Amino acid sequence: MIETLVFYMFALFCVASGVLVVTSRNPVHSVLFLILAFFNAAGLFVLAGAEFLAMLLVIVYVGAVAVLFLFVVMMLDITVTELKRGFQAYLPIGAAVGLVFLAEIAFVGMTWTTAPSAQSNLQSATNAEGQNTVLLGQIIYTDYFYMFQASGLVLLVAMIGAIVLTHRKRTGVKKQVIAKQLARSAKESVELKKVETGRGI
Amino acid sequence: MGEIGHTIGLAHYLTVGAILFATGVFGIFLNRKNVIVIMMSIELLLLAVNINLVAFSVELGDLAGQVFSLFILTVAAAEAAIGLAILVVFFRARGTIAVKDISGLKG
Repeated sequence: MIETLVFYMFALFCVASGVLVVTSRNPVHSVLFLILAFFNAAGLFVLAGAEFLAMLLVIVYVGAVAVLFLFVVMMLDITVTELKRGFQAYLPIGAAVGLVFLAEIAFVGMTWTTAPSAQSNLQSATNAEGQNTVLLGQIIYTDYFYMFQASGLVLLVAMIGAIVLTHRKRTGVKKQVIAKQLARSAKESVELKKVETGRGI
Repeated sequence: MGEIGHTIGLAHYLTVGAILFATGVFGIFLNRKNVIVIMMSIELLLLAVNINLVAFSVELGDLAGQVFSLFILTVAAAEAAIGLAILVVFFRARGTIAVKDISGLKG
């Protein structure tokens, strides 16, 4: 009973904040609702028994991705009214496409049944009881090791790409260049002048 | 681990996933001018897919779905980082992020 209530609470908040992400007028509000949606999805994951993914969702999505969004939204000076022009014009077609999509999924859901052979096609069937994290760790580092390494590579490439894209050489900034300082010698930087008495330089 | 409770089944999770996915598609059409919200809609789509994968994974007792969900999370993070970096560079060059100006990037 309590599980049902909790599920409906998480599901309702998740869907509602998802709708608010796409409809709110201010992008900052959108990001905050996105964070709420992720939190509630994490709650759903916990309820389903996927604790590790729930924590990952909170750490990666809320802690990194959503905060990145928040930074960018606040860094770029966006006029809200400018971007929202045409909101009304796109509403009918957006709603139409969304509803058609939802209806199609519903039709699929109504006629869909699990194939009898599905149970024998399991890739990493888990009959072992244990913590979700432990079980995941046991297969990530064995069966899916190359995939795991590849995903690390994806992150590396993304990091390098983001740095290369956003890095820029600023002109007109004075910085200390150690090599230049060390390359100087007394001969070229110190000059002796003969000053005559009473004349000044 | 274990099966989803008897009252809350696979169908419930799939429904949430479907509604979230439709919301994401709706958001892409609705915010045609705002790249940032379009990217947030893409994040919503990926979240919906993750919910589906986790629901099936728990229902069938197959951890492969959760591993796949993990990889989707990785790709989503990479995509967000690159996308926002491009957005920042574009904003620096043009001073705007309106979608209709981005079409000038081609060629």
